Amino acid sequence: MNEINRRKMLQVLGAAPAAVAFTWTPLEAQAAADHAHAAVQATTAKGPYKPRFFTAAEFATIKLLADLIIPRDGKSGSASDAGAPQFIDYIVAEQPERQTAMRGGLVWLDTESRRRFDKGFMAASPAERAQVLDDIAYPAKASKAFSHGVRFFTTLRDLVATGFWSSKVGMADIGYQGNVYVAEWKGAPDDVMKKLGLSYE
Amino acid sequence: MQIIRSPKVYDVCIVGSGAGGGTTAKVLTEAGADVVMLEGGPMWDSAKDSDMFAWSYDSPTRGWGGDKKPFGSFDGCIGGWDIEGEPYTVGRGGWRWFRGRMLGGRTHHWGRISLRFGPDDFQHKSIDGYGDDWPITYADMKPYYDKLDQFVGVFGSNHASETGLHNEPDGYFQPPPKPRAHELLIKKACDRLKIPVVPSRLSILTKPLNGRPACHYCGQCGRGCRTHSNFSSVSVMLPPALKTGKLTIVANAMAREVTTGTDGLATGVSYIDTTTNTEHQVRARVIVLSASCCESARLLLNSKSSRFPNGLANSSGVVGRYLTDSTGLAVRGFIPALMDTPRYNADGVGGMHLYIPWWGDNKALGFPRGYHVELGGGFGMPGYGFSGGIENYPQSQGGGYGTALKDEYRRYYGAFVNFSGRGEQVGRADNFCEIDPNVVDKWGIPVLRFNHTWADTERLQGKHMQETFRGIIQEMGGVTMGNMPTAAQDYGLATGGQIIHEAGAVRMGDDPKTSVLNSHCQAHEVKNLFVADGGPFVSQADKNLTWTIMALAWRTSEYIADERRKGNI
Repeated sequence: MNEINRRKMLQVLGAAPAAVAFTWTPLEAQAAADHAHAAVQATTAKGPYKPRFFTAAEFATIKLLADLIIPRDGKSGSASDAGAPQFIDYIVAEQPERQTAMRGGLVWLDTESRRRFDKGFMAASPAERAQVLDDIAYPAKASKAFSHGVRFFTTLRDLVATGFWSSKVGMADIGYQGNVYVAEWKGAPDDVMKKLGLSYE
Repeated sequence: MQIIRSPKVYDVCIVGSGAGGGTTAKVLTEAGADVVMLEGGPMWDSAKDSDMFAWSYDSPTRGWGGDKKPFGSFDGCIGGWDIEGEPYTVGRGGWRWFRGRMLGGRTHHWGRISLRFGPDDFQHKSIDGYGDDWPITYADMKPYYDKLDQFVGVFGSNHASETGLHNEPDGYFQPPPKPRAHELLIKKACDRLKIPVVPSRLSILTKPLNGRPACHYCGQCGRGCRTHSNFSSVSVMLPPALKTGKLTIVANAMAREVTTGTDGLATGVSYIDTTTNTEHQVRARVIVLSASCCESARLLLNSKSSRFPNGLANSSGVVGRYLTDSTGLAVRGFIPALMDTPRYNADGVGGMHLYIPWWGDNKALGFPRGYHVELGGGFGMPGYGFSGGIENYPQSQGGGYGTALKDEYRRYYGAFVNFSGRGEQVGRADNFCEIDPNVVDKWGIPVLRFNHTWADTERLQGKHMQETFRGIIQEMGGVTMGNMPTAAQDYGLATGGQIIHEAGAVRMGDDPKTSVLNSHCQAHEVKNLFVADGGPFVSQADKNLTWTIMALAWRTSEYIADERRKGNI
C-alpha cells in the first residue's frame, strides 16, 4: 500500500461511524500496513543479494539470461532491475523438485555453447548467444535435437516472467491498478467499455 | 496418561468453529445456553492476521505457498490438503481432503458464493429418481435462508421471474456491484446462446450492515477481510456469541471422541491440547459436531463403546456413506477482442460479479442434475505463475525472448477468461469414508480412508461443461486453451475433494435404517447429539454448500433451544 492509498483508507475507515466495534483504529491500520511490508524491507535492506541455491557463476548466468528474456526498453527496466534473478534463486531453493533441472539446464547451455564456439555461454558474444537461444526459445519450431535446452529455457522464461511482472517495476509497467482502497465501485471506465462495444445501460 | 477433566458441565459443546459451528454458537448463546467451542487450530482474527493489501513482491515467493498454503502464501486459511502429522488414506478411487485448522475454519478463505438451495434440490429423487429426498423441504428452510440474507448480508438479484429459473429462489439481496468489462463481454455471447448470466450472490457487503462497513473492493476476500466486510465465522457469527458472555472458545483442541454414559447419551468430548499434548475431557448436556462433514463422521466412527460398537449413532452403518463433492472443472479461453484493452482497476469484490446459474433441462440432456458456472478473467495482481506458458498463447510468436516478448506479455494481460463448472454429484452408498485399520495421526487418532469415484452421471455432466464453455469461448471469437479431455480422463473433472464441497457423510432422513440423523439433524440413536456442518446433507445441489450449512445449523440450533426449554434434552 503506498502512502496515498494508506492515507485514503484511514480517512474512509475513520469516517464510518457505525462500525466502531469492527473497524481498525488508525494505529491498528498503520501497524497492519507496516506488517505487510516488513518482508520486503527485510530482504532489500541488507546489501548485495547472496544466492541461496545457485553458485556465484550460475547466478551470473541466470542474471544474464533473465535480462535477455526481459530487457530494459523504453517503458521499464530489465528483469534484473526488477529483482527477478533473486526471486528465481529463492524459489528454486524453496522447490527442490526444480533444482536438478535448473542446474543441469545451465550446464546444457554452457556445453552447447562450447560445442559451437569453444567457449562457455557467458564468454560467448551477443550474436553467438542469440544463435543458441534462437534454437531453444521457440518450442513449436525447435529441432528435437534441442529438446532439453527448450525445456530449460521454457521453464526459465516463466520464472523470469513471474520475477519481473510481479515486482513493483513490472506491475507499474503492465498497468495493474488495483490493491487499493476503493470507496465506490464504478465498474469499467468509458474507454474500456467503448473499445469492447459494451455499455452499462 | 492423565486425563484433565473440566469440572464444569456446559449446556452445549460445539466441535468446530466454521460456518456451522459459528452459526450454532450464535443462536444457542443468544438463546441463553452456556456454550463451549472446541477448535483444532489456533485463534485467528482477520482484523489482525490477514495479509490484506500485501503486494506479490511482499512475499519472496511472489505468493507461491506450497503445501502449507495451496491457495497462495497470502491465503487466509491455515491448513490444506496435506497437513503434516494428519494423514488420511485412499482405498478405492481418489480423494483429496482439505482441512482448515484455525478459528473460523475454512470460512476465511472461501469464495463467499452464497446460493440458497431451491425447492427441487430437497426433493430431487421425486423428480428424477436419483439419490434420495431430504426429510425437509424448501419451505422448512426458507425462513432460515431469509434470516441469513438479512443478518450476514449477501448481494445479488432476484431473477427467477425474469429468467424463469424457479429453482433459484429469490432472497433479500444487497445491490450487486457493476459487472467487470470481461464479464459483460461473456454475457453478450451468452445472451446469443440463450445461457443466463446474472449477478452473482456473494456474502460480501455492498452496504454497511449490523456495524460492519461495506466492501472496499480490493478483491482479496480469500485472504480474510480486515474490515469484516465479507462473511467469515469470526467476522459475523462469533462476535454476537461472545457478546452474550456465554461462549467459551478452546483453541488448539483436537477432538478425539465423543464420550457417552451408560444411558447411551453423549456426556462430552475428549480432546488433545495440541500445544501441550495433554489429554482433556469437557462435559456438556448437548453435543453438536460442526467439525466438517468428514471430520464429524470420523469422530462418530472413532467413538466406539460396547453399546455402539460400530461407532456412535451408527447402528445403521450409514456414517461415512453417501460422501459427495461437487463435480468441477475449468476451461480457459484467449479472447483476441480483449487484447490491448485499456487498463482499469478490475479488482472489484473477491469473486465474480456475474455468474451462470444452472439453466439446462435435464430431461433433454441424458444426465441428471446440473451445475453453475463461475466466471473469471480481468486484470488481476501479477503474482506467482503470471503468464506462464506464453509460448502456447494463440497468435503469439511462440515463446522467444527480448523486447518483442516483453511487449507480448503486456498485450496478453487481461485477454483471457475462464469458466469453472461446479455441479451436483448424486450421493451413493459406495462413495464413503471409513476408519483405516492401520493408520493413526500424530495424536494417535485413527484416520479416515476414502473410497470415491465419479459415475457416468457426473462424467456426462463434465462433458456438457466442456462443450458449453468451449462453445461460449468460440461465440466470443476466442480460442480455447488445451484440448478437450477424453471420457477416460473424466472429461477433466477434478478428483473428489479438490473442489472442497464435501457433504453427506452423516446424512439425515426419516428412516433410522438408512440415515444417521432425523429431520432436525439430531442423531436417531442419541437424542443429545447433533451435527451442524455439511454432514447432514442428503444431496448436493448445483449450488455451493455454505449458505445451506448455515441455514440448517440455524434451524437445528433453534430446535435444540426449544427442546432444552421443554426439558427434553
